[in-house]
Amino acid sequence: MRSFEFFEPTTLAEASRLFAQEHAQLLAGGTDLVIGMKALTETPQSVISLQKIAGLAGITTDADGGVSIGVMTRVRDVELSEEIRNGYTALAEGAAEIGSIQIRNLATLGGNIAHASPAADTVAALLALDAQVDIASADGERSVPIHALFTGPGQTILTAGEIMTRFRLPSPASGSHYIKHKIREVMDLAFIGVAAAVDMDNGTITGARIGLAAVAPTPIRATEAEELLAGKSLTDAILAEAGEAAAAACSPISDLRCSAEHRREMVDVLTRRTVREAVARAHA
Amino acid sequence: MARKTHVQTQINGDSVEFLCEARQSLLEVLRDELQLTGAKEGCNNGNCGACSVILDGRLVNSCLVLGVETGGKVVETVEGLAAPDRLHPIQDAFLENAALQCGICTPGFLMSAKALLDNNPNPTEPEVRYWLAGNLCRCTGYDKIVRAVLDAAAAM
Amino acid sequence: MPEKKEYKVIGTRPIRHDGVDKVTGRALYGADFHTAGLLHGRVLRSPHAHARILSIDTSRAEAYPGVKAIVTAKDLPDAADKVADLGEGAVHLKYLCDNILASDKALYKGHAIAAVAATNAHIAEEACALIDVAYEVLPPVLEVRQAMEPAAPLLHETLKTGSLGETAEEPSNVASHLQHKKGDIEAGFAEADVIIEREFVTGTVHQGYIEPHNATALYNPDGQLTVWCSTQGAFTVREQLTEILQYPISKIKVVPMEIGGGFGGKINVYVEPVAALLAKKTGKPVKVLMNRADVFEGTGPTPASFIRVKMGATKDGKLTAAQTHLAFEAGAYPGSPVGAGAMCIFAPYDIANVLIDGYDVVVNKPKSAPYRAPGATNAAFGSETVIDELAKELNIDALEFRIMNGAKEGVKRADGPVFPRIGFIESVEAAKQHPHYTSPNGKKHHGRGVASGFWFNIGLASSVSISVNPDGTINLVEGSTDIGGTRASIAMQAAEVLGIPAESVNPSVVDTNSVGYTAVTGGSRTTFATGYAAYEAAQDVKRQLIARAAKLWEVDEEDVQFADGEFSCINGKEAQLSFHDLSARLGETGGPVVGSAAVNPPGAGGAFATHIVDLEVDEDTGKVQILRYTATQDAGKAIHPSYVEGQIQGGVVQGIGWALNEEYIYNAEGTMTNASFLDYRIPTCLDLPMIDTVIVEVPNPGHPYGVRGVGEVPIVPPPAAIANAIYDAIGIRMTELPMSPDRMLKAMGKI
Repeated sequence: MRSFEFFEPTTLAEASRLFAQEHAQLLAGGTDLVIGMKALTETPQSVISLQKIAGLAGITTDADGGVSIGVMTRVRDVELSEEIRNGYTALAEGAAEIGSIQIRNLATLGGNIAHASPAADTVAALLALDAQVDIASADGERSVPIHALFTGPGQTILTAGEIMTRFRLPSPASGSHYIKHKIREVMDLAFIGVAAAVDMDNGTITGARIGLAAVAPTPIRATEAEELLAGKSLTDAILAEAGEAAAAACSPISDLRCSAEHRREMVDVLTRRTVREAVARAHA
Repeated sequence: MARKTHVQTQINGDSVEFLCEARQSLLEVLRDELQLTGAKEGCNNGNCGACSVILDGRLVNSCLVLGVETGGKVVETVEGLAAPDRLHPIQDAFLENAALQCGICTPGFLMSAKALLDNNPNPTEPEVRYWLAGNLCRCTGYDKIVRAVLDAAAAM
Repeated sequence: MPEKKEYKVIGTRPIRHDGVDKVTGRALYGADFHTAGLLHGRVLRSPHAHARILSIDTSRAEAYPGVKAIVTAKDLPDAADKVADLGEGAVHLKYLCDNILASDKALYKGHAIAAVAATNAHIAEEACALIDVAYEVLPPVLEVRQAMEPAAPLLHETLKTGSLGETAEEPSNVASHLQHKKGDIEAGFAEADVIIEREFVTGTVHQGYIEPHNATALYNPDGQLTVWCSTQGAFTVREQLTEILQYPISKIKVVPMEIGGGFGGKINVYVEPVAALLAKKTGKPVKVLMNRADVFEGTGPTPASFIRVKMGATKDGKLTAAQTHLAFEAGAYPGSPVGAGAMCIFAPYDIANVLIDGYDVVVNKPKSAPYRAPGATNAAFGSETVIDELAKELNIDALEFRIMNGAKEGVKRADGPVFPRIGFIESVEAAKQHPHYTSPNGKKHHGRGVASGFWFNIGLASSVSISVNPDGTINLVEGSTDIGGTRASIAMQAAEVLGIPAESVNPSVVDTNSVGYTAVTGGSRTTFATGYAAYEAAQDVKRQLIARAAKLWEVDEEDVQFADGEFSCINGKEAQLSFHDLSARLGETGGPVVGSAAVNPPGAGGAFATHIVDLEVDEDTGKVQILRYTATQDAGKAIHPSYVEGQIQGGVVQGIGWALNEEYIYNAEGTMTNASFLDYRIPTCLDLPMIDTVIVEVPNPGHPYGVRGVGEVPIVPPPAAIANAIYDAIGIRMTELPMSPDRMLKAMGKI
């Protein structure tokens, strides 16, 4: 690991000022950055820990019936939160898929998203759950829907000095589910990830959102599949159509984990499985 | 030589001060600065669990925590597990079940098992496997480790 | 022939002697070693899989603050044309040295090029980046069949195929060709009613021990070199150091620290000579640690292989002929385990006509190292799959088919040896009667498979000395490093002889200056051979104590009997002393008693295993989930059954990893793209069920207690058993390892 200056600011303004400088990196849980620094793929000259800034961790209920999750909330706490497990099941499932308990006790939800890996385990769920991302900087605050956050592998719209502060989730969908395709049960990166959230009314899908991870340069929504499902009741035929539409929305690569054809095939299979389970949960 | 920072922590019940570079992990600090070599380096990137310690009550990979992040925190390592006059029941159960072969992963497994039983004194076999899944063992096939943790829970 | 009898210590399950040290974090492994003034070393590795080294300029690195020394191949003695003898046949010294630090060519990504010693490991790492190496990059050859093509790029311009005693004219990547013949292969196939011929491919896999390689070295001004390291054999480290450094063996002391797994991978040296060179240059102790990527890229994996198997049987189920072509990747230097694979492949069966051809082929991958029954798992994947297919074709139960054709005492293997009493049939019978095998298996997408395996085991030299303490305990000094409870299994054999509890033995594993020569902890030999030495050393103690008792009682030695821990007089005189009480009287009878033995026992006795696996295939995702696993194995005599079970369970799980997901993944340039425990996926506990074991005991006539080595054979059957179960589940024969979701989906025609 190369040498760096370590900062532990206590205010967002100070953190933003430090982060706006050249060769600066934010440190949240460290489970991506510290590994990257050891592998020399990350060689920051300054590392700014967000640990000492009050108010960045925790899960709170919002006035509109939704919840806010601070960026420094450890993913293990997201996984175990009753509120998230009940109302935003796909997110709890996504959080539970990250690494090991040791990793999840360190890793933060903000870090998992800020790293902007297309394969991040919480991102498909946050897409399906229609999360809004609050961003702060010295110039003030702004908010973007999560699907507008990513611009490429490891790339986001965040500009110099901008720091994500929280994820806001609207009031819960009727049912949601996340499936990760992997080899090992845990301690694995997603070959692909599919999350689905559905709103149901009297047996009819009134709205569906599908988030896909590790199938394109950025995490994506399968909007065509979502539109196919809207207004329909669940049948094998409609699921098959949705699965095919989701697969068609992908532009996967072949890499060391699996081939592009494999990924495309799994998007089809797992979209059908996640939507079916999300609908079953809505009925439950 | 890079600048060093003074850090004060509590380790296994003792107040401990050390100097470290910002780039030194908690694992390096424990092993190289404090001679607490019970935590092991197997992969140095969070994928084997041999360096597992309990930090402020939470099980973590000490290779992924920077030493400078641990100021004011409480660290528990394998060296603090046994009482002065007797082993911890988890340690006894590992010995009685022959739950170690080479032993390099054992300190990490013991800390994971402790964190589990601190949280859930009566785990099922699937719960034990879920909690220990961040610790790799290449010798045992895990069978005897899982049994040891179940036995320790019963004994405690 | 060992007698079938009741034992007091053998077969019990005492707490291992090193247990408390290992559960309290006190046990010192190689990387835990610390001494005053310690410097830290780091190795610079080749970024190319195949390249000529044009120049190495270390000047920028040398000037870096904190750097104390840099070494390259130039610091090694001139190895050209010398031959090294490591006790297992002649080896080109140049190959041995070049694998430590490359001289003229880098032959794999990760090949060591230079090393730096500095005041800390971070500085050493930074300085490595300042070493300027000019390479002429050459095309790599990464697959065994490709490497055997006449037009393939050559790794070694001087390597010529040695084939059945002849040496070829032209250089080639095929280092050697071996052949074993028995009977008349053509006639054998002519007799057969059913002939199955299949081709198999297995991937490159790593031993995957959790502890990376490490070494600390110190050169004293008097020329004494001391090396502390984690190794399977301190004496083999000493032998390799004396050859590689061309340094007198008597000036080298190797101190074996506790070792965090080896499985065959910690026999060859890697960083030990580098630490020694850096220590010599600096005059300080230098510790060199590998990281995980170094371990994957720079140490011995077990090779990928291409295997063709052809077997024939009559319609009433008699195997008549078996033929195989085994082509194994040696890695960068000759020495794949194809020879061992050839010895094992058809060994479980009594087949009259056999022809085995094996090829040892160099490729641009790390030099292969032994891995638990090296070569046998690759080979059995082929043969045990074909056996299964034959049994299905003949409509004979797969275990019954193995019993019908199973090897027994007196059967001659194709490679020559005639089996003494062995327990293959017994291991298959145990599987056949097991509730696992007799339970129903009919669910959709569920499959059951079986496979057997053989490993020959080895003997080799071991030394033990025992001194008697005045309180009736003994100190036992041995040279076998303890990777899995062998302090206990060796101590128990001495305790049994002397009629004392296992807890009354204090076993110590000591350095090469402090015990007689002892070969590696490997080849499933330690409980067999070092246990044998402990047995003989205890017999020596017993003889001496009988003499002491005779002296005390003023009788002839023949009149003293020892049984159940009691010395007694058998000439009518009333006299009795326990081992404990006699131990307290050594001072008055002539002083200390020290017994010793050095052995090289020939009768290692082969080990056989038969496994049953149930699994589920997700036909949509290609994922295979292991549901139930049972392994039966002939252990001869299980000294400490818990650690025998542990060896079986550990071997099975390594075999499951090999079968389902472990492999080196290379890009076209020859870079391993998954050199971490994240993407080289060894199984976690959540991926597995409990592993049931059945220990069968058919005593080995070559050991006083009937011990057979147990460590290696359990890895042999799993890939074939799993492939056979997948066939049972979905009707598709998998012939390529690992059987990953990608390969499964392709085989099922889904992608």
